[in-house]
Amino acid sequence: MFRWILGGREAQGSVEPVLCIGEEQPKNWFTELQVLKGHFDIVRFLVQIDDFRCASAGDDGLVLVWNVETGERLQELRGHSQQITAMTTFTCNNGALPHTSLITASSDKSLSLWDPDTGNRVQTISDLQSSVKCLLVLERLCVWVSGGEELCVWSKDFQLQCQRQNHSDTGVTALIELPKNCIAAAMDKVIVIYRLTVSTDSSLSMSEIRCLSDHQDQVRALININDGLFASGSHAGELILWDAVDWNILAYEHILWETPDHQREGEEDRMGDLILAAVGSVVAYRKVAHDSNVLHTMLLSDSELMSCSEDGSVRMWEIQDLPLPAEPTSPGFFGMWTFGRSNKQSGPPSKKPADVPHVRTLELTGDLIGHSGAVQMFVSFKENGLVTCSTDHLLILWKNGERQSHLRSLALFQKLEENGGL
Amino acid sequence: MIGSPDLVAFTKEDEYGHTNPDPWAVPEEFSVPLHPLVDLNPWAKTSYAKFTKDFILISEFSEQVGPQPLLTIPDDPKVCGSFDLNYFSLRIMSVDYQASFVGHPPGSGYPRLSFVEDSRVVLGDSKEGAFAYVHHLTLYDLEARGFVRPFCMAYVSADERKIMLQFEELSFRFSQASECLKAGNRRAFAKELQRKLRDLEYTHSVLQKEEGLQREARPQTMYSAHAVEKANELANVEKSIYEHRDLLRQISSYHQRPRRDPNAVTCQTCLNECLSECEQLLDKFAKIASPFTHSEDSGEDGRSQPDGEEEVDGEEEEGVRRRPSYTPQLIKAKSAKCFDKRLKTLQELCDDVFYEATVELLKDTERSFRGDLCYLHTRRLDRALRRKQQVTNFLFEEDLGEDEESEFGALRPVCAVNHVRANCTILNPPPVVLQLDPPEPDSDTIQTQQSECHLDSADSDHTVETQETTERYRRGQSGAGPVDRKQDQGGTTSETPDHDLTPDPVLTPDLERESSSEDLETTAGEDEGDSVGDQTPVSLLEVESELMTRREDESEGRPDGTFDMDSDLLIPIDTTCCLSQEGFLYDDSTPLVPPFMDQSSDPQSCETLVVKQEPQALLPLQDQYSVSSPGSGSPAAGLDLPVLAFGDSDSRTSVEEGSDCTLSASTGSERAPSPLGYGGMVTLHQRKKAGQGSLRFVRQYPFAVQALWCLMSGRTLVVLGTDEGRVRRLVSALALFVPGPGKCAEKVQSWLSVPFTLTDLQRWKLIGLQRMASPVGSSMLYSLSRYSRYISILDADQKTLRCPPYCGQLLANMATHRTYIRRGSTYFLHLQSTLCRLAAKAFLFTFTHHLHLPVSSTEAPEVVEGRRHCFLQEQLGLGEDDSLILLYLSQLITQQYLQPTTGGSAASTCFSLKYTTSVLYKI
Repeated sequence: MFRWILGGREAQGSVEPVLCIGEEQPKNWFTELQVLKGHFDIVRFLVQIDDFRCASAGDDGLVLVWNVETGERLQELRGHSQQITAMTTFTCNNGALPHTSLITASSDKSLSLWDPDTGNRVQTISDLQSSVKCLLVLERLCVWVSGGEELCVWSKDFQLQCQRQNHSDTGVTALIELPKNCIAAAMDKVIVIYRLTVSTDSSLSMSEIRCLSDHQDQVRALININDGLFASGSHAGELILWDAVDWNILAYEHILWETPDHQREGEEDRMGDLILAAVGSVVAYRKVAHDSNVLHTMLLSDSELMSCSEDGSVRMWEIQDLPLPAEPTSPGFFGMWTFGRSNKQSGPPSKKPADVPHVRTLELTGDLIGHSGAVQMFVSFKENGLVTCSTDHLLILWKNGERQSHLRSLALFQKLEENGGL
Repeated sequence: MIGSPDLVAFTKEDEYGHTNPDPWAVPEEFSVPLHPLVDLNPWAKTSYAKFTKDFILISEFSEQVGPQPLLTIPDDPKVCGSFDLNYFSLRIMSVDYQASFVGHPPGSGYPRLSFVEDSRVVLGDSKEGAFAYVHHLTLYDLEARGFVRPFCMAYVSADERKIMLQFEELSFRFSQASECLKAGNRRAFAKELQRKLRDLEYTHSVLQKEEGLQREARPQTMYSAHAVEKANELANVEKSIYEHRDLLRQISSYHQRPRRDPNAVTCQTCLNECLSECEQLLDKFAKIASPFTHSEDSGEDGRSQPDGEEEVDGEEEEGVRRRPSYTPQLIKAKSAKCFDKRLKTLQELCDDVFYEATVELLKDTERSFRGDLCYLHTRRLDRALRRKQQVTNFLFEEDLGEDEESEFGALRPVCAVNHVRANCTILNPPPVVLQLDPPEPDSDTIQTQQSECHLDSADSDHTVETQETTERYRRGQSGAGPVDRKQDQGGTTSETPDHDLTPDPVLTPDLERESSSEDLETTAGEDEGDSVGDQTPVSLLEVESELMTRREDESEGRPDGTFDMDSDLLIPIDTTCCLSQEGFLYDDSTPLVPPFMDQSSDPQSCETLVVKQEPQALLPLQDQYSVSSPGSGSPAAGLDLPVLAFGDSDSRTSVEEGSDCTLSASTGSERAPSPLGYGGMVTLHQRKKAGQGSLRFVRQYPFAVQALWCLMSGRTLVVLGTDEGRVRRLVSALALFVPGPGKCAEKVQSWLSVPFTLTDLQRWKLIGLQRMASPVGSSMLYSLSRYSRYISILDADQKTLRCPPYCGQLLANMATHRTYIRRGSTYFLHLQSTLCRLAAKAFLFTFTHHLHLPVSSTEAPEVVEGRRHCFLQEQLGLGEDDSLILLYLSQLITQQYLQPTTGGSAASTCFSLKYTTSVLYKI
């Protein structure tokens, strides 16, 4: 059912410039940008808080809350003494209005709960044995899980519910939620499935159910695809699609990397997203997408996709049908991309084996160049814009210039009216 | 008295819109042939004056030595040159129309202080070639005859018209200075009185004691001559005490008397301070009245009381005045009016603080009146115009902030002694009359008559009234029909540049108040505009006249198109100025460009315009939106000078490419060799130089227009080069075109030697970048290519420009390399006018609602888009590329309007970009 188009070894020595769209980008509507300064070190995490706010965190241990509409810095959450390793939002539905808090984990072996409205540190735990590398919120159970060298389950009041030591050196690197109160944790080369059970006295316990050790290399990414599927990607370029209920392998693909040095962690992350995009019958791919490693990708809508890379650019892609006698496809389709060094690639950008009927191609519709360092992550606020963060300590807010100008005009005439004329 | 100086009729065009055939033609009886008419050099007219610059002279009519000069501002002997100050003082002091009444008015027992209003007079000395605005005032001095010391402050200039036309403002400023002096003087006088009173008391008590002793020694049988003498002395002292007490009362009631002086401005704080001081004194010395009523034991009383007083005084004085306590002295019974005593200096007459403040005020006045009439006019026009465009000023005009503040402040009713401005009040508060009251035709005729009669008899026996009459010497009402004030003043009175110069010859009290208020109003309106410092000292001349008339019609909205006095008034100036600049800059513009041309023809005509003639009519847009456009009559018609079209450029090419000095010297002030140092013109000077640079740039680079387009459409321009000087020069030349460069040109970075980042691009719109061969250089090149979509690169070494293609018409008139403009300053002015017009368009575009927002809720955004497009394209006649400029300007205006204080606020400004390809232009 799945076809993986592999970026074959096409390096034939000829130097071809990376796929370049040029300056004419009619489909690129990000015609206005705003540089947000505030961080002193690499900005690694971006989390959307609500429709107009996002939080950024990075190696300087700072968490900044931004207003995406105006570019204002709303809050500065100080407390962590070292770099932040994970950040997530935590929404409580106890009141009439759901209230979103931020949970951050840092290398200083502490966990903090912040209120992004006031900038207060609501809760903090600082005596952890190891630093937390990933966070997972299980909203159904109103608990959250932190993964590092140990796997801990916490209540929303920051009470430790249960804890499990890990045996591997690396600790938990990724966590996802599975049906039936299960969670999957990626540890080194294995994926361990735990089940959380709520006992009668409402205490939680966690038990290891299964250990999936099909990956040959370190598992870097875990992704939920839908209720019945999840996928994992490994350092070596393996992608495995799992059944989320009985944890069987549904598909396995190994991407052949032409050179070992492509196998960096970012790609795995990308691959995770890639699988997210890959449920269905059609696969699109693009070989020479970025100059360098892709760090984060996201499917914006059915046909638009964005990726950011170490080369400091964000690229926007449109998933397009190839002019092939392809069957009409279901709305959800998926792309798969292999990324290679640009100068090693020689084939035309949209190379695609003609014998694959449902493969789609990715058409580059625009790129956003602004950062001088690798773009670590981005968050899209739909028409309100896009926030990117980068190793150059900056965040950039990309906006639709026309929309902004319209908004400004609105504001202008409103002010005019308030002032009663000029 | 009048015989000696030429009393100059205060002539200027009247404000009622009478058509005077020639406002400058002084009636026979007043016209003094100043110089032979054959002399065609307009500058020669004043060249025989013996001083080089205008200056302010303060003189005194000393009761001992007669008129004598006290000081000049600027205080530099070179200023007056060989000009005989003594002689001139004599002249100006001899026309003191204050006619202060001195001595006892019949019936009253005590000497009275004469409360005289200042008088203002313009007079000239044809022999010396000097004209002066003379402001007479009197200060109180206890030791002086009649307690008054007449002083006068004079603004001396070689240009009569300058004084005439600036009369209102001069009067205002000098009134301020005078008020300040007088305020200080009153305090000083009160103090002096106090001292005197104490002395008198002391003397009194001593005398009483002596008398008592005498009486004891000799029973009352016989009075020796000595005793009689003593008794007389005592009586004299008592009388003197009463007199002085009365004086004190008078001086403290100073503020209560009605002021007629429309320009009298008083600081409430000063007033109150003075008042309370006087009242204290009054209270204190009222007590002393008692000893005289007592008979016998008054000796002890009188003795003890001053002592007790003394202590209190000591405390009070230390508290209030911080003066060492004063020991009373015996006073000889003789009157102090003798001629061998030393008279107090001006500084002593006023408090030091006030004196300093006054001098400061006068210095300021002197500074603000530097330059010749043309220059002042131009500056005023410029300011007035800018005042109209406050929203868009930030785009291309240099910031006037501080300048404005200071000059503004100076003309405002502000206390010179730095009391809070809020404390200052204008006496005779103006009843707010913008839309003037019903026309009063009678009053005018009355005025005419009266003023005429005053002209006949400029005698000195008017007391308070004189100031109006002298101030308002006027002529030229004669041919006037009935006045239609409404028509004239209903418009934006305060904005007409010349309006404020018109006097208000109203004599009846009611009318007078109204008129004075109006005066104030106009003056106040004017200062805003005036505050703009040193805008264009040079050669705005050509623009000016046209502009002037334009503005006149525009604001006054006279439908019949009578530009009589303005045009008449200005033509001579124009011609003279033009003549002075070895040729005419002016081109006969009317056939080419009707001043109110319609927009569609604009882009086309622009091109032709620039090349030959810079001063295009300002802001046709505004005209179209003005209250009423003056109909057919092209107002510039009167201004058309019969000149050769291109005569100037050729003749002048050789003159200079770089030095603006000659020009500014010739116009800035008539004779001064270098007025460049005037008034801290650093910015202006820089900009002028930049004008030269941009002219050179435009002439040198065929792709200048593209570069300008980049700058003006908001695309950052990077000037890349090895040679720092060259890059800096280019940057400063191009900086003129950066819209909204910020107060200190924050948007311009003239020399950068590190790779720039996106943040820099957001901050700077014009960057001078060093080209280096080092690794730094390569990373710089990397950043250049990386951000190439955001920037245009002007390579100063290879003379290339890489930027998106531009093929609009809008900038063509600014950046033709075939331009005929040869002078940097001229080009600068040309730029200013063009940019100003552009800004006006942008303003219109920004604030036209339907171009941005849907008119009804059902309207789709596409409709709005289409409308905007249509507006830009058809109404403004802008192409695709030119629209970008306007859109960018509009964006800036919007941002500025929404957050005017955005300086370095946290939320940095947005930065728009366009995804277009660039092309490389080469020479």
